[in-house]
Amino acid sequence: MSKTQESELAAAIHNATGVNVAECYQCGKCTAGCPMAKFMDIVPNQIMRLVQIGDKPSEDKLLRSVAIWRCAGCLTCMQRCPNELDPAAVIDALREMSHGQGKVVKAAKKILAFHRAFLKTVEKTGRMSEFALTRRYKLATGDLFSDVGLAPAMLFKGKLSLKSHKIPGRGEIKRIFATCRDASRTEHGRGARGGNR
Amino acid sequence: MKSIGYYPGCSLRGGGIELDMSVRAVAQVAGVELRQIEDWNCCGATAAHNLSHELAVALPYRVLALAEAQGLTEVLTPCAACFSRLKGTNVRLARSKELTARMQEIVEKPYNGTVKILNINEFLNRLLADGLAEKLTTPLKGLKVAPYYGCLLSRGDGIVEGDDHEAPTSMDAAIKAAGAEIVPWNYATECCGGGFSMSMTDAVVDLSNAILADAKAAGADAIVTGCPMCHSNLDMRQRKINAAGYGPYEMPVLYLSELLGLAAGLEPKAVGLNRHFTDAMGVVKRSA
Amino acid sequence: MARIGVFICHCGENIGRTVDCAAVTAAAAKMPGVVHSVDYKYMCSDPGQQMIKKAIVEKKLSGVVVAACSPRMHERTFRNAAAEAGLNPYLLEMANLREHCSWVHSDKAAATQKAIDLIRLMVEKVRRNKALYPIRVPVEPTALVIGGGIAGIQAALDIADGGKKVILVEKSPSIGGHMARLSETFPTLDCSQCILTPRMVEAASHPNITLMTYSEVEAVEGFVGNFEVTIRKKARYVDPAKCTGCGDCWNKCPQKKIPNEFDANLGFRTAIYTPFPQAVPNKPVIDAEHCTMLTKGKCGLCAKVCPRGAVNFKDQDELVKVKVGAIILATGFELWNHSAYGEYGAGKLTDVIDGFAFERLASASGPTGGEIRRPSDKTEPKTVVFIQCCGSRDDKAGKQYCSKICCMYTAKHAMLYRHKVHDGRAVVFYMDIRAAGKGYDEFVRRAIEADGAEYIRGRVSRIYRRQDGKLIVRGADTLAGQPVTVEADMVVLADAIVPRSGSEKLAQMLGVAYDTDGFYSEAHPKLRPVETAAAGVFLAGACQAPKDIPDSVAQASASAAKALGLFAKPELEREPIVAHVNPNTCVHCRACISACPYGAIQDFEIKDRAGKVLRVVAEVNEGLCQGCGTCVAVCRSNSIDLDGFTDEEIFSEILTLE
Repeated sequence: MSKTQESELAAAIHNATGVNVAECYQCGKCTAGCPMAKFMDIVPNQIMRLVQIGDKPSEDKLLRSVAIWRCAGCLTCMQRCPNELDPAAVIDALREMSHGQGKVVKAAKKILAFHRAFLKTVEKTGRMSEFALTRRYKLATGDLFSDVGLAPAMLFKGKLSLKSHKIPGRGEIKRIFATCRDASRTEHGRGARGGNR
Repeated sequence: MKSIGYYPGCSLRGGGIELDMSVRAVAQVAGVELRQIEDWNCCGATAAHNLSHELAVALPYRVLALAEAQGLTEVLTPCAACFSRLKGTNVRLARSKELTARMQEIVEKPYNGTVKILNINEFLNRLLADGLAEKLTTPLKGLKVAPYYGCLLSRGDGIVEGDDHEAPTSMDAAIKAAGAEIVPWNYATECCGGGFSMSMTDAVVDLSNAILADAKAAGADAIVTGCPMCHSNLDMRQRKINAAGYGPYEMPVLYLSELLGLAAGLEPKAVGLNRHFTDAMGVVKRSA
Repeated sequence: MARIGVFICHCGENIGRTVDCAAVTAAAAKMPGVVHSVDYKYMCSDPGQQMIKKAIVEKKLSGVVVAACSPRMHERTFRNAAAEAGLNPYLLEMANLREHCSWVHSDKAAATQKAIDLIRLMVEKVRRNKALYPIRVPVEPTALVIGGGIAGIQAALDIADGGKKVILVEKSPSIGGHMARLSETFPTLDCSQCILTPRMVEAASHPNITLMTYSEVEAVEGFVGNFEVTIRKKARYVDPAKCTGCGDCWNKCPQKKIPNEFDANLGFRTAIYTPFPQAVPNKPVIDAEHCTMLTKGKCGLCAKVCPRGAVNFKDQDELVKVKVGAIILATGFELWNHSAYGEYGAGKLTDVIDGFAFERLASASGPTGGEIRRPSDKTEPKTVVFIQCCGSRDDKAGKQYCSKICCMYTAKHAMLYRHKVHDGRAVVFYMDIRAAGKGYDEFVRRAIEADGAEYIRGRVSRIYRRQDGKLIVRGADTLAGQPVTVEADMVVLADAIVPRSGSEKLAQMLGVAYDTDGFYSEAHPKLRPVETAAAGVFLAGACQAPKDIPDSVAQASASAAKALGLFAKPELEREPIVAHVNPNTCVHCRACISACPYGAIQDFEIKDRAGKVLRVVAEVNEGLCQGCGTCVAVCRSNSIDLDGFTDEEIFSEILTLE
């Protein structure tokens, strides 16, 4: 007899994160302490529950939720879980699946755009450039005007450099990104363009 | 300690420049050389672990491999997020030979797990123990401080060690050594909203307001923090928080290293105090 | 000349389906020494046993092998049958064809051959078995009950009413235990003191009960039926023979601010004190740590005002030795310390209290006269949050188990609060509701439906005191799928139930096993709930596992029945499977003495007629020996043998297998 009857989704999460969701008894302490729960469509204990159920409709609900994108990674849930589980790690894995399968919900567009813009600047130069990040983010989201007043102040205070910081080893960084992207595609089967479906 | 490896991280060259300036200044007062890792790359911060678990380990792995190759056994990383990623990667690699092998395959560099990562609090506490305490000749007497750890300097699986996760005290020694008074308050480890500054500004306003509100109600003159993201959310966004109808607040937000720098008699400009969005120069007047 | 009968059981299908019993019977008939070999469907049944008895008599059998199930099942059954037929029971052995053969193999041919081999082994052994006779040990028909809570009191009363003497030892100044601290009990909401105090008085005045309060067990020696227990009677500094309990002393005592443990430190007591007004015995003791006279040599007011001159500052502890035949452990429980939960304030938030503190607030004889008041400012709380499972079901920071009684007493607390504060809000955060007893689920529903307690399913993540003084409780409603924040005036934590501190030391004194959580281990979790692995030592109440009052009382009566059963015979019969040392070959290396897990082997001096010691050898105490055989294995000079399992008998089994 197998040890636990894990759904495919639960098994994938278990492999990726080491978290065995069968150990979650739905006490809700994670939801109780989550600072972003009030902004979520599915709260953390429900996310754990849906992974436990793990059927296709549940998986779809999870990967197309905005909740998984609004987790701040504050680790309060992990810190206080009486069964030493890590909902934040589970959510990270769900994010990767959601992005990889092109199921990111529209409401999370800005958040995803921010992460992608961040990583793009790193891929190109080896370091994150706040200026380049902001430019990419605003173009991607069409949100051209918010925080515009901050830019001059940042420049004046020397907190915003217009130059990019190219590191000598940026070729290695490009290669690392490419390797990880390929591996992710193989795992999650994204389309050629990697866009949302 | 004569010298220590140094990983500034991307934000310390931009929005978190005061942290970089004040850490360097305090290290100089203490006579400790900061040896920056050559060719260091971004650790990936939040974006990498949100989108790719392999990338999220590969980027810090490269940093650790470089440090090891450059003979650095200890590395200070003042940014709380970089600390969480670098030390977290150390922890994960130590637990899994497969992961280490995979990372070596991706990054094409060896790493034997010999680099120890220190966060800002651990570093400053060590400086204090090594004699920095005697050099704090202009204490900020009477300054009431609310120590704010945020998430990544108080929690994490095997990452933050030797401090109570619910009621941390690792900033206490430095604050007291600087002559300031610690105010008991309730939001020392509550999340400020983290990386949602641009993509979910409302959430940051909501969460950071709660922190400012409690600090104010507790009678704090200033909040002291160790994380550039938290600093940005509490300092840079304070005007927006006030504009949303909260407060209104005039709460200076200092890095612990700025506080120590001031207590050591350094000029406010030298530690970057003049670059804050929320005026912090009033803190200086206390030490006169 | 051996005349052995072999009786092969099919055990229905259990053996018969895998082992060819007919073939085995035929093979057994040919074994050396076997004069009778038969098989039957159910050997343990009445006709089966009759078969054996008849054969013993008719065939004049000198030994019997019953090839059937495990001896742990039916050895007693078959040995009794043999004894009834006039054959010494120790001349009957069982060959295990079930647990050791048919139940673990599927290859019929191999299993049948193995069955034949197993019988052959046992036939060889039985040929060498010697008749053995039970060892008789006298029984002291007095019981010792350790712990004077409701379980201890019940056990003592049952034994005393059964006509036997009881010594009831209690370490605090009064009996009554935790039940005396409760306000009302579920599910009837009876006043706890009202139903308890009559029992307390009865226990104190029963002619068969000797009450020793403010006393502790210091050492235990001996064995079942013959324990010798040393009890330390702590110095009371008040002569109970002279004291009338008038109270003049404690009214005058100037040390009035000692935190009162009985009241969960919510109120104060004096240095000379009785723990509560209904204490039994109602005679005060002096707390030597806080008494000015005993610490500094000044004051002595109580002695001055006492009309009977009962105060004696020169009092000393007294050690008393008693002989008892049975011991009942009823040491009870205490609450886990929630300072381990930093997220709930690490025990430093006043107004975040545990269940006993709430009981004392609700109790008419408590520090607030039965009014619910915040410990911090004595105001009436308008919103009280009750949190279940605090420290229970928590693998990480607390205890893994469920503490069983908290769902019920939390519902009770919510009801008591709502009864006393009509405009108050009672919010209960729970994970599950465990209300399995008689009338229990109805009780919880009443709390919700009739008394307006608000039940929210979800654990609480954090409690802190906001700057304006309100306690902020961050919880969750997992059923609605949202976080819930409550602004409370007081929080009551249902802390986990743990055994009393010091219980492990007591267990070690008695040779009683305890589990990783410190609860005493029963002999068998299903079928022997009040016995322990130590013969003559029984368990009653929460010291064995978290339980409520009805179960504690039931268990107490059960252990009393066991004790009375022990006392029913003037002598105890013990199985004669004991070891013997051959004093002629023993070299006194003492390896057996160290190896014996029961401390059953001692030095024995061989003296000449003048009393001069010639040699010292080892000797086994038949009363303590459990027949485990460890000493036989370690003896270097081969001087020890075990009756019933002698070297010759065991080796004959082994050598039979080629």
